[in-house]
Order: sequence, then C-alpha cells, then structure tokens
Amino acid sequence: MEMFDGGWGLSLIVFLPLVGAGLVLLLPKRQESAAKAIALLFTLGSLGASVLAVVRFDFDATEQFQFGTDLSWISAIGSRYHIGIDGISMPLLVLSTLMTVLAIVYSWNHWPEPHNPKAFLVLLLLLATGMNGTFVALDLVLFFIFFELVLLPMYFMIGIWGDRTKIRLPGFRREVETRLYASIKFFLFTLFGSAFMLLGFLALYFKSDPHTFDMARLAEAGQMGLFDGTFGAWVFAALFLGFAVKVPMWPLHTWLPDAHTAAPTVGSVLLAAILLKLGSYGFIRISLPILPQQAQDWAPVIAVLAVIAIIYGSLACLAQTDLKRLIAFSSVGHMGFVMLGISTLTDVGINAAVIGMVAHGVITGMLFFLAGSMQHRYHTREIARLGGNMKLMPVIGGLLAFTAMASLGLPGLAGFWGEFMALLGSFNPLDGLSLTVFRSAMVAGAIGTVLTAGYMLWMLQRVNLGEPSDEWSGHDLHDADGFELAAWVPLVVAIFAIGVFPKIVFGATNDAVSELVRRAFGG
Amino acid sequence: MIAGFIAYAGEIHEPAHLVDGGVLAQYAWLIPLVPLVLMFAIVFFGKRLPYKGWELAEASMLFVAIYGVALLVMNANEGITHEGSIEIARIGSYTIEWGWVVDGLSIMMYAVVGVVGLAVFTYAKGYMEGDSRYTWFFAAFTLFAGAMLVLVSSANMIQLLVGWELVGLASYLLIGHYWEDHSNNAAAIKAFLTNKIADVGLVIGVIIVGVTVGSFRFGDILSAVSAGDSALAQVAFWAGLALFIGAMGKSAQFPFHVWLPDAMAGPTPVSSLMHAATMVTAGVYLLGRMFPFYQSDLFAADVKTWIIIIGSITLFAMGLLALVQDDLKRVLAYSTVSQLGYMTVAMGAGAYTAGLFHLFTHAFFKGLLFLCAGSVIHAVHSNNMSDMGGLRKPMPWTYRTFLAGSLALAGIFPLAGFWSKDEILASISYDAGHGGGAIASVVLWIAIAGAFVTAFYMARAVYLTFFGEYQGQAHPHESPRVMTYPMIGLAGLSIVGGFVNVPGLFTGFTEWLAARPLPMGDHHAESIDFALAATGLLVALAGIAAGTRVWRRDAATQRERDRFRVPLLYPLLEHRYFVDDLYRVALTDPIKGPVARFIDWTNTYVIDAVVNAFGAVAKGLARVVYGGFDQRGIDFVVNAVAGGTNEAGEMLRRTTTGRVQQYAGALFGGAVLLVVGLLIFT
Repeated sequence: MEMFDGGWGLSLIVFLPLVGAGLVLLLPKRQESAAKAIALLFTLGSLGASVLAVVRFDFDATEQFQFGTDLSWISAIGSRYHIGIDGISMPLLVLSTLMTVLAIVYSWNHWPEPHNPKAFLVLLLLLATGMNGTFVALDLVLFFIFFELVLLPMYFMIGIWGDRTKIRLPGFRREVETRLYASIKFFLFTLFGSAFMLLGFLALYFKSDPHTFDMARLAEAGQMGLFDGTFGAWVFAALFLGFAVKVPMWPLHTWLPDAHTAAPTVGSVLLAAILLKLGSYGFIRISLPILPQQAQDWAPVIAVLAVIAIIYGSLACLAQTDLKRLIAFSSVGHMGFVMLGISTLTDVGINAAVIGMVAHGVITGMLFFLAGSMQHRYHTREIARLGGNMKLMPVIGGLLAFTAMASLGLPGLAGFWGEFMALLGSFNPLDGLSLTVFRSAMVAGAIGTVLTAGYMLWMLQRVNLGEPSDEWSGHDLHDADGFELAAWVPLVVAIFAIGVFPKIVFGATNDAVSELVRRAFGG
Repeated sequence: MIAGFIAYAGEIHEPAHLVDGGVLAQYAWLIPLVPLVLMFAIVFFGKRLPYKGWELAEASMLFVAIYGVALLVMNANEGITHEGSIEIARIGSYTIEWGWVVDGLSIMMYAVVGVVGLAVFTYAKGYMEGDSRYTWFFAAFTLFAGAMLVLVSSANMIQLLVGWELVGLASYLLIGHYWEDHSNNAAAIKAFLTNKIADVGLVIGVIIVGVTVGSFRFGDILSAVSAGDSALAQVAFWAGLALFIGAMGKSAQFPFHVWLPDAMAGPTPVSSLMHAATMVTAGVYLLGRMFPFYQSDLFAADVKTWIIIIGSITLFAMGLLALVQDDLKRVLAYSTVSQLGYMTVAMGAGAYTAGLFHLFTHAFFKGLLFLCAGSVIHAVHSNNMSDMGGLRKPMPWTYRTFLAGSLALAGIFPLAGFWSKDEILASISYDAGHGGGAIASVVLWIAIAGAFVTAFYMARAVYLTFFGEYQGQAHPHESPRVMTYPMIGLAGLSIVGGFVNVPGLFTGFTEWLAARPLPMGDHHAESIDFALAATGLLVALAGIAAGTRVWRRDAATQRERDRFRVPLLYPLLEHRYFVDDLYRVALTDPIKGPVARFIDWTNTYVIDAVVNAFGAVAKGLARVVYGGFDQRGIDFVVNAVAGGTNEAGEMLRRTTTGRVQQYAGALFGGAVLLVVGLLIFT
C-alpha cells in the first residue's frame, strides 16, 4: 500500500512489462513456456498494481493528479519524469493493463506464423510499457517517448506476424504482401503525424517562460492566453495532425483498415483497444487544456470531420467483404463519436468521449478476438464463405452476436453511453460554438447509428445465421477453448457492467472532466 | 438503497384522493427486474430444469400478472401515484437514473403485459413443444416482456430509451427465431432497422426535452409543462414531432408500418404478445405518458394535427390491405396496424382515455386472435387461408374463441371493442367541435369507414378459415388444453373487457388512468352519444353482412380472390401501395450497394491514392537525397522477413531500430530548426 503514497506505484505499472521484456529476452529461445509465464506474471503484476491504484484512488478528488512522481530527468531541456493519473487517465490505464493481460492469455496457444513466441512477447511487453506510459505521462517529452515507443513493436508485429496474402494496389506495379504494405503505411503515417506533434511540443516549450514541457504548467500558461493568436493556431494544427492520425480521423484514417486487417489477432486487439485511444486522449489531455482558444476555433472543424467519419466509416463497412476489415472500418465510425464528444468542449461531451473510448476498447477488442478465432478455424475472413456460424460454433457465434449488439450501441451495453451522450453534448455545445453546425452534427450522428446497426446486422446475418455452407462439412471446427474463454469472459463482463452501471467510468471521469472544462473554457 | 427511494412530491390537482401506494408501489421496481433476472437464469440454467426453462418464464409472467392486478385493484380503490429513482451515474449536470413510476397509466400497462403475457406464455408451452431452441426461445420471450416493463415503468426518458431499444432487440431475436431461413432474418433486420430509423426521432426528442428542462424525469418534464416553462415551449414543436416519429416506429404508423407485417416470420406466440401487449403499444404509451405536452396549446399542440392525420391514414389504408392477404397472420397484422391507427387518432384528438382504452381492449382480443391463428396454423401446417376452411367442426374451441375475438375487434355490442371504438369516435366528434376543425370532421368519417373495413376483413377471415370445405392436406385437430385454456381466458376478457368504461354508468377505467400527478387535460364522454354509437354499430354490422354476402357461400376457394379484383385498387393493395418496394429501391438497395461501394472505392482510389502518391514522392526524394538509403532499408526488411529465418524478429529489431533512431534523430533536428523558424517569423 505504501508504494502509491511513495509515488512509485505508477512507475511499477509502466515498467513492470519492460522488466518482463528484459527477462524474456535473456531466456533461451526454446523455453517458450517460461517466456509465456514471465510475460503473464509481469503483465498481471502491472494489472494488479493498476487495480490497487483504483482501490487507493481518491474518488473525491478525481480532478487532481494522484500517485504523482516528479523527478528531475533531462535537466538540460527541463524535461522531468513527471507522472500521475486523474479521473480521465485512470480508466484508460486500467483498460490498457487489462487488455495486455488478456492478449497474453489469448495468445497462450494461438501463435500466428512464424511462431517465435519469445520475440512476440518481448514486443508485446514493450508495447504495454509504451501504452501504460502514455496514459500516466505529464511531461510532453515523456509523453512523446511513450507515444512513439508504441509504434515500433506494433510495426514489427504487423510486419512479421501479419497477413501474408498478396494484394494488388493502385499505383504499385507488383503485388505486395499485405503485412508489408500495412506495416510500413502504419509506421510512416503515424510518424508523419508525430513529427508535427513533436514540432508543436517544441514550439510550446520555446514559447513558455520559463521553458517547460510540463503539461500542467503549460496548461496554466495557455489558459492565461500565452499561446493565443497565430502561434497557437499553428501549434494546434501540428498537434491535431499528430493526434488525428492516431485516432484516426477522416481523412487520415486509411492506414487503419490495412493495419488492422493485416495485424495478427492480438495486434489488432491492442491496436483497436488502446492505440487509437492515445490520439483522442492526447486531444483531451494536451490540446484542449493547453490551447483552449484554438480548441474553440477548431471545434466545428473537428465536429464536421467526426460526423464525416461516422457516416463514411459506416457506409464503407457496408461494402466490406472481409470480416476483419469490416470491424476495422467500424472503428472509424466509433472513434467519430468519440471525437464528436470532444469537439463539443462540454463536460457531457468529453465524459462521453472517455466512456466511448473505454467501451470501444472492450467491444472492438472483443470483436477482433472473435474475428481472429474464426479466421483461425475457417482459414478465411471472407464473409461470403462464412454463414451458419451459429450452428458450427454456438459459443463463438453467440459472443459475436452479443458483441455486435454492443458495438451498434444497444442500450444496456457499454457502447450506448458514449454514442448517446456525445449526441446529447452536441445538442448543447460550449457557449459560442455554432449551434447550427453542432445540431446538424447531432442529427447526422444519430442517422449514423442507423447505418451502424445496418452493417452490424447484415454482418451477423451473413456470418452467423442461415445454414452453413457445404464447404465446412467434415471440417473439425471446435468451439471456443479455455484460453479463449479466459480472455473473453472479462470483456463480456465489462461490456455488460459498463452498460448497466456506467458509473464505473463516469464516477472517475465526471469531476475531472468538469474541472478541465471549467479551467479551460470557464464552462 | 432505501435512501434512494424518492416519493413524488409534486402538486396534485385531480383527482383529489391520490395516495402514494405504500409498499406495493415502493417495490414496483421488481416488476421489470424479475423477468430480466429470470431471463438470465433461463439462459444459464434453463436446459437443466424439468420444463427446460419454461417454468421460469411462466413464473416471471405470473409474478407480473399478480403484481399488476394487485396494483390495478388498489388503484381502483384509491388512485396511486408513486415515483422512485436510484442514481446510476452523474454526467456533467445531468443525472442518469433507474426509476419506476406507479400511476394509473403504468399500472394499466403492468396488468395488461402481465395478464396477456401469462396467457401467451402458457400457450407457448404447447405451441413451441419440440422446438430445437425451446429454452432460448423462452429466454428471449422473457426478455421481450421484461424490456417492455422496463419501458413502461421508466420514470425518466433515458430509461425509456433503454427499454425501447431492448424491446427492439428482443423482437429482432424472436422474429428471427428460425434463423436458418434467411427470409426470416431479413424480416428481423427490417423490424430492427425500421425501428432504429424512427428511434433517431426518439433520441433527438429525448435530448431536446431533457437538455431544455435540465432533467430527464417525466415528473420534472411534465411539471415544466404544467408551469408553462418558456424555454421548453420554444422547442416544443420540434421535440414533440421528434418524439412522435419515435412513437410511429414502434407503433407501426404509416410510413413506418412496413416492419410489422413482415414480423410474422416469428413464431405465433411472439406475434401475439408483440401485437397485444408489448412493442407496438409502446408508441401509444409514450404519447400517453407525454400527453399534457401534446395537449397544452403552449407546447406541442400543433403536432396533434400531424398525429391525427398520420393515424387516420394508417387506420384506413392498412385496414384495406388486410382485405387482400391470404396469410391469416398477415390479415391480423394489418388489422393491428389499422387499430394502432385508431389509438393514434385518439391521441391526436386529445383523448387520452379513449386511446389507451382501445389499447387495453385491443390487447385482449388481438392477443386472442393471434393465439387462435397459431392454433389453426399448428393444426393445418400452413399460414395460408387457402389451405384452411371448414375448421369450425374439427376445432370448435378455436372457432368459438376466434369468433369472439373477431366480433370484439369488429366493434359489435356489447363486446370490448365496441366500447373502446365508440369512445374513440366520440372523442373525434368532440374534437371536431372543439379546435380539431375540418380535419377532425374528415377523420371522423374515415374512422367510421374504417369500422366497416374492419368488420369486412374479419368476416372474410372467419369465413375463409372456419367455413366451407377444408382445403389443406394435414388432418386438423383441436389444440391441447395448454393452448385452448389461455384462448378461452382471453376470449372472456375480450367479451367483458369493455364494461370497465361505460360512459355515464361506470367510468372506472377513466378514473384509473387519471391517477397521474398532474391533470391530463383530456376530454372524455360523460354519457353515451347514442346516435354515434348506433352509427358505429350499424356500420360494423354492415361490414359483417357484406363480408357474409361475398364470402359465405363458396368460402375458402381460390375464387374469392377474383371477386375482389377491382382494377387499379387490387394491384395497389397487392403491392402494399408499393411502399416496401419504394424503400428497397430508393433506400436500402442503393445504400447497401452502389453508395457503400462508391465510398469504399474513394477510400482506396482517392484518399489512399493521395497517400501512396505522397509516399512515392517522398521515396523518390529520399532516393535523390540519400542515394538509395530508404530503398535499401525497406528492401532489407522485405528480404529479412521473407527469408523467414528463425532470428528474423531479433535481427529486425536490432537492425531496423537503429535505422529508425537515425531517422528519428534527423527528424528531431529538423523539427527544432522548423520551430526556431516559426518562433522567429511569428
């Protein structure tokens, strides 16, 4: 219990996986079970510590950064090892540590080719440190390092363990392997965004007086109006590019369907569940508090792009023939609701965004798990060849139906609150924002929910229902195994629990968000 | 939890003797909760139980029926209003709550859902015998009833929305119960999506009202209405219209009616419950719950014109469609749509009691008619009346109860439908003289004509099914008692159900429904308008006479169709006014097909083309600047991975991270330069 008061509990959450990665690296390659055990142990430790953090968290002061550590780090540029969590980052941190554990449990006996669990686990643990670190960092340099740290392991996961089918792409003379195209596209796209983001961070550093990378101090300076004017507009644009690629916002989303489709199952799960949230979290944690004036100028643009993403993503889903690509495209629409919530700059909208992020994490993570398991059995993702899955694998089929319902925003399940509250927020955005834009966005977003329901139900009909095709008769299609269920049951419980009792998330976020909005926008 | 109970503390105007309801009202949250909990019990343990989970489903309905009737009796003695809420979450200045309302309106719904549900669940035990997904069916069926109870018990609009969509989910599961056949799945999806489109209206309406009032509680919203809240008055028209669009979806009003006839793909007990007590009544219920909002001139009174017009189109046009159906269940389905039109018209005419009274009586006779139809279908293994005929003799109880239900539906004195339909006619007639104007006068004639059509198509159904020669292949027999007893029970209620509200003699139902915290401001007849009642009755009798003349003699032969081949009208009816086709051709097909494919095309060939071109340009530049550094780096990755050596991962990690560090280093340096430039120039 002392560790949190002493201020090193959060560091434990962040770096336990890294230590695990080091240990796994030392193991001989043959000792696969030992590598798995170490990885599981260290991520479980990280999860346990984050649960302990929740237990010790002071829910009466969610707006304050708790369990903080602020140590001198790179003194030359005044960058400090400053970490801490408030009500906004706490749910995301727990989501991140949970998903990592589930990913390892799931991959226990589901190794994508070319096998090599040791290397895979090292990358996974590295990824975990990057993800956890991003959610606790309160210093821009630290944030940037963790944010970028995530990139490499995911790049290799896609590039090495990804889909090997060759595809023909416009503008390419030869056929390329899906995984290579996707991994390089993912890497360069994100790097492109983060180069601008770094630019923005540096600009903030040089403009602040005294020079600092500290988020809290920059926010104070920003709220005093230090970054107003053209300077702020450029900086906001730079940060916007960095975060918008990650979310991803339309039209910067095209890396996502490729990366998700090509990635191995666990990679897709973490990509959808956590990595996308780094972008939207960056908006809430960095862009809005530090550049409140520019946020208000940009809000209508973000809202319009978010609504385009909702409609565009849903329509694109309707055209997909590949199950995994369909789920991937659904993220574009769902993250559109998250961004719509953020763009309202109200407490309701940002709360909606955070619960939407958590819900999308568990729901889409679950969908990718299921899609992966189905591909593992059918050796195809082509929707047209599937069908009657309910007959062949009732458990997986039932879970797919359940999760699809959650994904289309059924009330009583996790996805509802983010969508509904985002629409509620856009009816009444921050004072001074265009009511016409936001109310039109509300109507368009509500129509988007119909399209979402449409593609999800048509997907279910073609994949789950009807009679299975003769192709599968005689195949040994076993239903969910123990490891799969162990990885999925927590997600099902979470989807249900958040849906029935959203206070699980709102209880942490509400005061923190209200305070953030009050300070930044006086709302 | 007890601390969470908050009794309603608003002003009470009329009637003066409202009480809180005591323990029974305080624990009314059990009404939706018990079915929902038992639903999970059925899913997890149902298969191990002696009756495969049916007993839990039946127990939940028994509980609701007893609880509902007990409240009904209590409410008949002393009007009850109670509202309790438990906070679930706070978000900004809004509170999300789980609440329950116990007042005249919700009590009536509890009792109807419980009683009809009990009958249908009992019947379903016999009907579903031998079904491959028997346990699952009862789980979904219990969810269906439970979701409806969540809806009607809700004390706030967000919970209403939750119940609303859960009803939609349950209907999707039940309509698509036989999911091996894709035509059933198509029907299930059609139901879900049509409702979802209308729900856009509901969601927007809920948001407008909730945000404007600052609370989602019906109590607070209606208090604001009663206090003449000016902010709410400003948005009232749009909010009222949006909420009505939501109601149109669930209550299958034109042009959202298309899902209900297709919903016949589900097992017949589902149709019975769906058309009687759950789902389709939700829209009318919502209009009843928000009634003062529509009734007050300050607020959404203008929407009432739309409501009455939509209702009258629905009641007449859909009634005609029932005339040309061969599928017995579809006859009843279009009849339901038409009767829902009557209820909607009543709401539009400002007659709260009349609309809900028809909901009440309709629940009994329409539930009954579907059970009878199921009994017939069970016996002849076909839905089509062309395979029936002459069933009066082999199925005496089905015949008698179906006849009772048909007469009640046709509005024949003194059965239940007569009283409620008369009440609606009276209310339209009143409205025509008090603000409804010419529209209400026209609607009155449409409603009377609709009564003729109703009697006409029910006569057709009775003759084609039970008279003449048997046309089918199977050997029909009367259904088992587990099915006939519920039918007889509902037949009893269809016969006597109307006596709870006889203007001038016994106005119990009116008073029961009036047990609301605030006055409804509706109008209801103080005494019977004998002229109007006689007109209604004569028109209905004329419909039966006409039906008898057309279908009595050579019933149940294919020739009946030819008798009705009125040029122009018949093709129009046979194609359901082309509304379904229009939606398919103009809406779903293009969106699913060309539009979606175009969007996907732009993704690959427009946005991605830009991205790839960008990449190519950068690569070219890199080749020039770094003399192939980039090219070699990428090729190296390609080769290493393609080689698939055991150490691929390790090697890649080491070598390429080095490259990326260099790259990042260059990037960092460049960025610093850029920022310095930026600072100098701004």
